[in-house]
Amino acid sequence: MEIIFKNVTHSYEANSPLEGLGLDDVSLTIHDKKFTAIVGKTGSGKSTLVRHINALLKPTSGTILVGDREITPETNNKNLKPLRKNVGMVFQFPESQLFEDTVEKDIMFGPMNFGMSEADAKKSAHKMIELVGLGKEYLDKSPFDLSGGQMRRVAIAGVLASEPETIILDEPTAGLDPVGRKEIMDLFKNLQEQGRTIILITHNMDDVANYAEEMVVIHDAKVKAVGKPKDIFNDRSLLTDDILTLPRSAVFAQRLAKKNFSFPQLPITISELTTEIKRQVHGD
Amino acid sequence: MNKLILGRYLPGDSIIYRLDPRGKFLITFYFIGIVFLANNVASYGFLLLFVLFAVYISKINLGFFIKGLRPMLWLILFTVLLQLFFTPSENPLWHWGIFTLSTDGMRIAAYIFIRFVLIIFISTLLTLTTTPIEISDSIESILKPLKVIKFPVTQVALMLSIALRFVPLLIDETTKIMDAQRARGVDFGEGGIMQRIKSFVPILIPLFVSSFSIAYDLAIAMESRGYKDGEGRSKYRVLSWSKRDYMALVVMLLITIILLFIRSY
Repeated sequence: MEIIFKNVTHSYEANSPLEGLGLDDVSLTIHDKKFTAIVGKTGSGKSTLVRHINALLKPTSGTILVGDREITPETNNKNLKPLRKNVGMVFQFPESQLFEDTVEKDIMFGPMNFGMSEADAKKSAHKMIELVGLGKEYLDKSPFDLSGGQMRRVAIAGVLASEPETIILDEPTAGLDPVGRKEIMDLFKNLQEQGRTIILITHNMDDVANYAEEMVVIHDAKVKAVGKPKDIFNDRSLLTDDILTLPRSAVFAQRLAKKNFSFPQLPITISELTTEIKRQVHGD
Repeated sequence: MNKLILGRYLPGDSIIYRLDPRGKFLITFYFIGIVFLANNVASYGFLLLFVLFAVYISKINLGFFIKGLRPMLWLILFTVLLQLFFTPSENPLWHWGIFTLSTDGMRIAAYIFIRFVLIIFISTLLTLTTTPIEISDSIESILKPLKVIKFPVTQVALMLSIALRFVPLLIDETTKIMDAQRARGVDFGEGGIMQRIKSFVPILIPLFVSSFSIAYDLAIAMESRGYKDGEGRSKYRVLSWSKRDYMALVVMLLITIILLFIRSY
């Protein structure tokens, strides 16, 4: 599903002295079946932006098109289930949403709310627990007996079990160890390659460089830049204004550039960096 | 969640904001007490004028106070209607079964209504202009004399300020968990009563789990920073009683005298 924001503004506590702008006249297209990363400082409006896609928040003005579903300030809270089934959302620290007495029941909770039969939901739970890298032996355990990382995986499985077409991830790997982080990110990349749209909020620029095809930079409730990560990381105006930081490979390349190397375009992944260094050292 | 105006601080600056919270706290309760002295149109009118004046000098939009009435609306309506139809009277205007409508009843109902407005406005004024932490500091300060009878004042004050600190935290947490469960297809406030009660289980369990873990973290953090019982601790926020606080007390005294005068008049 293509997701289109048209002049979306969202203000918190409208008409009170505490009023604040969450989104300021945002127009944006998130392409179908692409991996889009959304970056920006804490409090810039990233989470506010994505909460509009499944109508957890409604715009103060403007419209959002999710496939053929339109969300406007007048959208009421009825009949949102089809939309929310199609737009799965993994929140920050999603382990806090677990509540059932077994892992299996918790994973089945979402699908059954969306009208899946018990048998199908069970099948889905069995599939997803393996997908997130835990074995079937975890299904009968209580989610509260698991470690933090395992709980995270169960929560992610619970979102994936509804088989959403679009998956929104709000810093899904925050606080995970490097191995766990890579496994989880690879899982999302695989899902995208199987035809899903992935929207990732992150502070990790290496994840952006390694996984995303499109990138959106949010700053002070506005969209500051949209494009391919490679182009955006090479846009000096964003870097000098302290809106964006670079992936490690690009930082490394910048340092090399002071020692007789030259990079017309900063490499953003390790493989790009090594290819470029090889080329310049061997001179071919 | 943000609709509860009663008990919410509104950042601002005016003479009411600058009053010592202890004074404001005591005056509020004192005022609620003297509201019950009013017994005729003039005395209620006088108190109403005073409250409106206080609202005016607080520089807060009157709308916030009217919003403060909303959570109490049903209680107010119920009480007013009760007075309106059940006040016994010698010469009723209208009589049907147990219901009696009379001018006395109308008058008393109007008094009750104004009494509610007065009490809610004045306490809203306190909470809008005083941060919760200032309120808990003033409670601690006011309870201090109870130390003589071995009442654990500092512990109670600490519990109070922690509880107050937890309110916004738990509201945030609740909003977050509700959003997460909504995204998993829960519809709050849909279906029959059983369905609705059931839909709160997915919020309550995670909320309990996380509040225990927040409380545990807080205890560890306090211990690791060497927190010991409040005895002999100095204060970060020092309350200072100044000339204008004496002035406020004098104003309250004058109001009481005028009220007693109007009352017997």
